[in-house]
Amino acid sequence: MILQRLLLLMLLIGVCCKVQAQKSLPKNMVHVKGGTFVPLYGSDSTPVKVQSFLLDVYPVTNSEYLAFVSKYPKWRKSAVKKIFADENYLRGWASDLSLGANATKINNSPVVNVSWFAAKAYCDCQGKRLAKVEEWEFAALASETKANAANDAKFYQRSIEWYSQPNPTYLPPVQKSFRNYYGVYGMIGLVWEWTQNFNSAMVVGESRADVTMDRQLFCGSGSNGAKDVKNYVAFMRYAFRSSLKSNYTVANLGFRCAKSI
Amino acid sequence: MRTSTISKTVQLLALGIYSAGILSSCSTQTTQAEAAQTTEVAPDKMPTIMAELTDAPLVPAPITRKHAAKVVVKLEVKEVVKKLADGVDYTFWTFGGSVPGKFIRIRQNDEVEFHLMNHPDSKNPHNIDLHAVTGPGGGAASTFTAPGHETVFNFKALNPGLYVYHCATAPVGMHIANGMYGLILVEPEEGLPKVDKEYYVMQGDFYTKGEFGTPGLQPFDMEKALDENPSYVVFNGSVGALTGDNALTAKVGEKVRLFVGNGGPNLISSFHVIGEIFDNVYTEGGTKTQNNVQTTLVPAGGSAITEFKADVPGNYVLVDHSIFRAFNKGALGMLKVEGDENKRMYSGQIVDKIYQPEGSTVQEMPQSKAPAAAVALNKNSRMELGKTLFAQNCQACHQAEGQGIKGAFPPLAKSDYLNADLNRAIGIVAHGLEGQIKVNGELYNSTMPKLKLSDEEIANVLTYVVNNWGNKGGEVTPAQVKKAKASYKH
Repeated sequence: MILQRLLLLMLLIGVCCKVQAQKSLPKNMVHVKGGTFVPLYGSDSTPVKVQSFLLDVYPVTNSEYLAFVSKYPKWRKSAVKKIFADENYLRGWASDLSLGANATKINNSPVVNVSWFAAKAYCDCQGKRLAKVEEWEFAALASETKANAANDAKFYQRSIEWYSQPNPTYLPPVQKSFRNYYGVYGMIGLVWEWTQNFNSAMVVGESRADVTMDRQLFCGSGSNGAKDVKNYVAFMRYAFRSSLKSNYTVANLGFRCAKSI
Repeated sequence: MRTSTISKTVQLLALGIYSAGILSSCSTQTTQAEAAQTTEVAPDKMPTIMAELTDAPLVPAPITRKHAAKVVVKLEVKEVVKKLADGVDYTFWTFGGSVPGKFIRIRQNDEVEFHLMNHPDSKNPHNIDLHAVTGPGGGAASTFTAPGHETVFNFKALNPGLYVYHCATAPVGMHIANGMYGLILVEPEEGLPKVDKEYYVMQGDFYTKGEFGTPGLQPFDMEKALDENPSYVVFNGSVGALTGDNALTAKVGEKVRLFVGNGGPNLISSFHVIGEIFDNVYTEGGTKTQNNVQTTLVPAGGSAITEFKADVPGNYVLVDHSIFRAFNKGALGMLKVEGDENKRMYSGQIVDKIYQPEGSTVQEMPQSKAPAAAVALNKNSRMELGKTLFAQNCQACHQAEGQGIKGAFPPLAKSDYLNADLNRAIGIVAHGLEGQIKVNGELYNSTMPKLKLSDEEIANVLTYVVNNWGNKGGEVTPAQVKKAKASYKH
């Protein structure tokens, strides 16, 4: 009897929360309905469950990041601690609070050359967090029309074409990039993005196993333990993430925030 | 600043010690040099040298020093859009800005300080696996480099030989398919025998979405790569990288050494130079030489050093003797040998006569003349006979539909050059042509041999050509051929 009541109560709370969450869907975030998928690298071959979560519609832009550093001086170019961001931090910016002569061109472009620490701090200050790598990969499976376009050859070819092209001189505004099934822009075709966990692709958590596994995805051993060796698009993302350390900043690496429900 | 001062001091010091050694024992110079070769020098006593890196087909100068050194190699990774063939662009991922990557030349037992810089504008992380390195991943484990970063590692060149280096970042196949390979030569302590010319030639296969010759910026096609079915097979990164003005050159009597590599990613090369025999081949880039070789196998991710003396002047065509790759996918290069002819070594054609198999006994025809070749009675039969002649004499280069091969053989189909002057065309068929011409907007700089055809045959084959593939039509007669032959001598 007590148990039943408790269950009912929990259910009610659950419903309330859900209603509340939907009502107060933060501006420029979308609801990504959870599900399961088999990531390229994981601790075993079973599908990974991803809980429903909220995700930013756009990657964080230069003007948004400018507002952030205005408010939090310790993340300005001249003030940031080297252990939190390398020398290329905000490389394209003219100064602490100025994007420089090309401001109009890059105001709405994704902010790049930010470290993981900086991206994490930004999201924290918005009451959000970085997406976990599984969440990010799950949301990136979507084409314009399908939540999971993993087997869509056209979508795949377009993705691999983007990954093969050099960076444009000026990144396009975030609104101009490809919008996927969830209403999220630029998951593919704009910039690489930081995720909460990013350099753990080959780590299985068991120290003896870790020692013998190649964590750096080089040569043939890179395909050891990969679920789908034909999925070059995912390979490239995992390879890219594996090359990073938390204080690195890269010219085509930005981020967006997520939120648990 | 401080490091460079120190290294300069070390260099001077080492030089000092070395010269002191020579001075004090002039009579035993050889022994001294040998001692320097074999004894291990403390790292801080070694002279520091910046490696000279070159783009293909050039090779850094041979190493003359008789001692090991600390060699600093700085290699920059860049992702660039460049020409794959005329009108066809491709996004190459490169070691040093072009394909193949920079040629690195060091000496056995050198200690190399290797810097890999990934340009900030790169989209991808990269690393390097040098087959000359003994150690995990051939350096790949230590050089995984995010865009805008630089990594450094040291290695000692234990084994002499010609080695491939390549990027080994996942997906490895794609990084190699986009051009991330080059050669590193570790000279043996005694050096390589002296030659007059050294060149760097590296084969690679490319997988584009469009077929061979489809213009525009072509994306990488993964399906074709998986099927190992390349759209292009080229030497030195593009169709025509070694033909025309880019041809390799040598003079009669010179010894030529080719450092040949194969980046793959998929195909094995049957490397051959048409009209030459390799006097020496360092098989697979190793130490042993094989002599008198016609065609040498160059594995994907492997190499060969070939040497020959240029004896006879002329054009020598470098091919992958898997011959469709050469004629249809771009695996063609050229070596121009200039100098005096030696008729004893190669006479050129001296006889051309009718051959009639007549069985084992010598027979003689009664009085009558040999039957003359078929004579066309009208334009239609001229075209009919011309068709066969075309297939026998022209099609191998100009292709079945007269479309030619971009960059190598000019088209005969809808050809502005052909249609502009038929008499000139007769002259070319009769006398051959060498040098640069422009056909349908493309430059061709190559050689067409003269064809041993009769006036009647030239008339027939040209009538066939001008009445096909969108050309202007008409009939070429033997009389016209006779006249044009005389006035269009090259």
